[in-house]
Amino acid sequence: MLVSITSTTPDAGDLGFLLHKHPNRVRSVDVAGGRAHVFYPEATPERTTATLLVEVDPVRLSRPVGSKKSKSGPAPANLEPYVNDRPYVASSMLCVAIGRLFGTALAGRCDTRPDLVDTPLDLELAVPVVAARGGVDAVKRLFGPLGWSVEAEVLPLDPAFESWGDSRYVSLVLKGAQTVKDALAHLFVLLPVLDDAKHYWVGESEVDKLLRRGGAWLPKHPDREFIARRYLRFASLSRDALARLAEGDADIDGQDDRHNAGEEEIERPISLNQQRLTAVTEAVLAAGGGRVVDLGCGEGRLLERLIAEPQVMELMGVDVSLWSLDKAERRLRLENMSERRREKIRLVQGALTYTDARIRGADVATIVEVIEHLDAERLDVFARVVFGDAAPSTVIVTTPNREYNVNFEGLEPGRLRHGDHRFEWTRAEFAAWVESVNQEFGYTAEFFGIGPEHPETGPPTQMSIFRRGVAYEPSNPGAGS
Amino acid sequence: MSPRRTRTRGRGQEGPIQVPELGLVVLCGASGSGKSTFAHQHFLATEVVSSDQCRALVSDDQTDQSVTQPAFELLHDIVDKRLQVGRMTVVDATNTKPEDRRALIELARRWDVLATAIVFDLPVQVCLERNELRTDRQTPEHAIRRQHQTLRRTSSSLRKEKFSRVYTIGSVETLDAAVLERTKSWNDRSEDCGPFDIIGDIHGCHDEMIGLLAELGYTTDVGPGDAMSHPEGRRALFLGDLVDRGPGSDKVLADVMTMVEAGTGLCILGNHEQKLARYLAGRKVKTTHGLAETVEQLDSRTPEFREQVATFIDSLVSHYILDEGRLVVAHAGLPERYQGRASGRVRSIALYGDTDGETDEFGLPIRYPWAEEYRGTATVVYGHTPVPSAEWINNTICLDTGSVFGGELTALRWPERELVAVPAARQYYEPIRPLEPEPEAVNRPPLLLDVGDVLGKHHVETSLGGRLTIDAERSSAALEVISRFATDPRWLVHLPPTMAPVATSSRPDYLEHPDQAFEYYRDEGVTDLVCQEKHMGSRAVLIFARDADAAMARFGITNEAAGVIVTRTGRPFFADEAITKSLLDRVRDAVTATGLWDTLSTNWMVLDAELLPWSAKAKQLLQTQYAATGAAATAMLKAASEVLTKAASRGSETAGLEDPESPGLEDQDQLTELLARTASRQQHVAGYIDAYRQYCWDTDGVTGIEIAPFQILAAEGETLARRPHAWHLEMIDALVDADPQLFRRTGRRVVDLNDEATVADAISWWVEATNAGGEGMVVKPAEAIVSGEKGLVLPGVKCRGREYLRIIYGPEYLEPANLERLRSRFLGRKSSLARREFVLGIEALDRFVAHEHLYRTHECVFGVLALESVPVDPRL
Repeated sequence: MLVSITSTTPDAGDLGFLLHKHPNRVRSVDVAGGRAHVFYPEATPERTTATLLVEVDPVRLSRPVGSKKSKSGPAPANLEPYVNDRPYVASSMLCVAIGRLFGTALAGRCDTRPDLVDTPLDLELAVPVVAARGGVDAVKRLFGPLGWSVEAEVLPLDPAFESWGDSRYVSLVLKGAQTVKDALAHLFVLLPVLDDAKHYWVGESEVDKLLRRGGAWLPKHPDREFIARRYLRFASLSRDALARLAEGDADIDGQDDRHNAGEEEIERPISLNQQRLTAVTEAVLAAGGGRVVDLGCGEGRLLERLIAEPQVMELMGVDVSLWSLDKAERRLRLENMSERRREKIRLVQGALTYTDARIRGADVATIVEVIEHLDAERLDVFARVVFGDAAPSTVIVTTPNREYNVNFEGLEPGRLRHGDHRFEWTRAEFAAWVESVNQEFGYTAEFFGIGPEHPETGPPTQMSIFRRGVAYEPSNPGAGS
Repeated sequence: MSPRRTRTRGRGQEGPIQVPELGLVVLCGASGSGKSTFAHQHFLATEVVSSDQCRALVSDDQTDQSVTQPAFELLHDIVDKRLQVGRMTVVDATNTKPEDRRALIELARRWDVLATAIVFDLPVQVCLERNELRTDRQTPEHAIRRQHQTLRRTSSSLRKEKFSRVYTIGSVETLDAAVLERTKSWNDRSEDCGPFDIIGDIHGCHDEMIGLLAELGYTTDVGPGDAMSHPEGRRALFLGDLVDRGPGSDKVLADVMTMVEAGTGLCILGNHEQKLARYLAGRKVKTTHGLAETVEQLDSRTPEFREQVATFIDSLVSHYILDEGRLVVAHAGLPERYQGRASGRVRSIALYGDTDGETDEFGLPIRYPWAEEYRGTATVVYGHTPVPSAEWINNTICLDTGSVFGGELTALRWPERELVAVPAARQYYEPIRPLEPEPEAVNRPPLLLDVGDVLGKHHVETSLGGRLTIDAERSSAALEVISRFATDPRWLVHLPPTMAPVATSSRPDYLEHPDQAFEYYRDEGVTDLVCQEKHMGSRAVLIFARDADAAMARFGITNEAAGVIVTRTGRPFFADEAITKSLLDRVRDAVTATGLWDTLSTNWMVLDAELLPWSAKAKQLLQTQYAATGAAATAMLKAASEVLTKAASRGSETAGLEDPESPGLEDQDQLTELLARTASRQQHVAGYIDAYRQYCWDTDGVTGIEIAPFQILAAEGETLARRPHAWHLEMIDALVDADPQLFRRTGRRVVDLNDEATVADAISWWVEATNAGGEGMVVKPAEAIVSGEKGLVLPGVKCRGREYLRIIYGPEYLEPANLERLRSRFLGRKSSLARREFVLGIEALDRFVAHEHLYRTHECVFGVLALESVPVDPRL
């Protein structure tokens, strides 16, 4: 990784004083992950350039964090630690080197020429490879407001495969009248923000330190919240066994729970999730019976509602994702729950395509925004498992109404609400499936809408309440119905 | 004498005390009455659970009365567990109060075992004297007197408490002389190993019975009163329901009774016999369901005959365990948990099945589908519910093929497991419920898997690797992947195992070299090897049938493509099913063209292959990781080279002078060194980019996609993966010839380790191919599956090329300083995984080939995936 600082303000050689590095010397030090060098490709009174080059040791870099002995450390899930851009791009590692070699300048100290510290110079910052999530726009958005003129050029992924398009790397040149102190601070904070990737050895204590570098200018930056959010979003380094099966596509590795941000973002304007939880909770209470299972409980939002209901004597949350169950456990604060309440609830791993003795005999089963995550051809097995084998007295199923999607701003036409949705049904399609279940397993169902009913497209969420054997007695459990 | 009758031994009665081998024995008596001594004399120490011992376990003091409650909870827990696993259990506590005994009786009932009470009713003086003599502890006199009185007062009610037998020891002499005898359960005939011909529900079809016995090779032409027999000593085993509905119930009874009497036949009780017995005993019984016919036929017989029938039925047991526990027969079948147990419930389930009172639209009881859940090791053979044809469900089979309703009378030869059937001459009785099932359900394997089959720690028995353990943590990860991303388990009859690399080379420029592959097999004593070109694409398993009907019949599922192409973790290879279909259609055409369907007499097969290009599956990975790294490295190193050159040239302008305005000599050297190193890194990066580019080309639909098969894993009737590699390569070469555009040939070298020339040839082949960008090769034993002294020899080791490894170990791995550090690799875990996954993969195929239940195949496939989630260095 590489960064060059050029001054064209006479006398340009002053840059050496500010950086505390003699223009005629090569200064080399060990830094975390490799060796950093400072040297001057140019050193004339008109133009002086100092370059910081970090030679990253890729082998050292690939050792698992927190363990010098790779044998005992957790093995990474894929080859990403061994084949990656970290040795080459300007990232938090470069910032560590800046802190190490230009620390005094960064702190705004220059004992020999204190007058220079607060003097803006005509500076050029050249960073040949910046990992920039958001591309040129993001670079301009971050550096522009700080008074830099930004020249940024996107690098192609591979000239041999034009169809692959551009990389997320930008070759960056910043020009402007700035103090060296500020220029370095800008890089120090904004390079990792642009990078937005995993940080390999920046500990939590350093997060605070890094944030302090932006104290002077960050509060005035129009994108300060974005910068702070990105900066603090330090990806977890721990990976679970699951990620090893991810085959490189992002579905598990980058897994969020299936009721995750994307879908919620789309549905947020009508706060659909809250309405859905309310409607389902009311339906559970109206159904009667104390033993409730929430199949595909995710991170436990419905469980949170149901556990508070005295009518619910026994509650079980089932999900296939241990990650989600873990979140549910935290959301419900199971650890601190009173013993009596704690005994009411169980969280277990299970899959809706396997019969499961633990869910048999429930009074009510809730299956909220789950079926659309199953492949359509597995629905027959799902129905046998739930309606045939577990056979609760009441089953409450909700799923998106695809017809309503046209009403969502921010959802491209034809797209589904979530990347993991295998299908979304129209009202007629849902009704047909419900009818087939009724026929095969002897249930009777009623339909309800959840959320604001649109005259043509209907409600955003559709809900069916199945009762085993008997005809359903309507008792108005649905919220917007 | 009926086995279920209970008997009470009175005071001073002679003869041994009989306790069932599997049962609960409750010792009752005051302290000092000699219970513990008796238990010690007659039972194993581990068979005896005593209250004193439990007190000690929870409180370190066997006399501590304050822990009575937890001590007894522990005692009950131990009894519960022992009875669950089927162990004789003796409770040594005073048990003088009925409520104490009731808890124990409930445990015996819960686990369907008989409870025997042995009452130590010795004179109170004897107890007190013995108590005096005790050194370990003494019980207060008043307590002993009270216990004694309580027992006296309540012992008469012991029989009402549902003990099957009660023995009372009334004197010191009886106690000293007591002999204990362990009796086998009535249903335990495990030492009887047959061979048997197990015959389903006859229901008075006498002609068919004779026909079937003749078909089975019995001498049926015998005089009146003589028993039919088999010349080879085989015995007929009748599953009950000999009578009712049919025209010859009396004759069937007569013949079967004679055979059982003569020892050429065995019979268990059916519900129809039980009802007949009640009728014969004069009880009020409705003569429905065909009993009227039997009654009429018996009326024409002598009263003596009817008496014999009653006695015969009374002697029948409701289920048998036979052939060292391998075979269980019960009229209506029997779940594992009840096998070998004795209780009214077991008897009822054996006779009627597990019903909860619900009836179907024909008014017949709905039975719990126990067979679909059956996971027991014993084969269960039963009748009771007429089925269109006898079919195996999870190691169970129903032989009632509705002879009396015009179906067939069916027998199962044991241990041969062959079915023999004779058709009924006509329909003798109108069935209440139609015998024909829904057409769709025919031949369709049960599709439900239970989460208990896969979740949690479990073991898989394998033919190649014995018993393998899958940890709970691994199962959890696999469950999520299987249920969220994998293709339907009905298709998924195999997943490919991982493969270990060769041991690390010590050659200066190599991390991997063929030397170590040959060394490994030489150490294992395997000298005939085949080296196969390793194609750089993505692993793909092709599972397909000849057409949709064949897929439905064999896999119980089908789709447009009549098959699937899955990745190494069981996911659909292509999101677009049309591509899968086009590819499989072409594969099928090639299979047809080569005549392989007929050669293998199959209409489905499983191919193990590499699918190319790499970019077809890994495009995202290539773009976000490989190409990105190349792009960043190229740009950064180019810039570094430029600034370093500039910096170095500053000095050269004034070279040799100690110019204060230019870098000193030392600094110059440093710059030169940096520049050289940067140039070297640039070269490595260029090599890395070349390496990945070779494995990428654009595809459009199926155009550009190539398949390199290396094994035909399985087809109907055989796990072909067990055949030598030469056979596979020959078959696959024929496929390649049939469609050279689709299939890619796998280059190979045959190596005999005793012939140095073949070794040298293989090495130079590898060097040449890998220098030209090839991924490398896999070295395999020619015989495919070889077991050595240390167990299964690895079925293959991979040896990857020097250039290829750049995309594994990073662009700059060949820098000497880097390479030296990378040599320390730990291969043990990878090899162990490779071996276990291989064993499971083969086991999955074996089970599928043998038409075992879906869950049996699935647990192996699931195991492979679970092991794939074990953390291991991904570079290996």
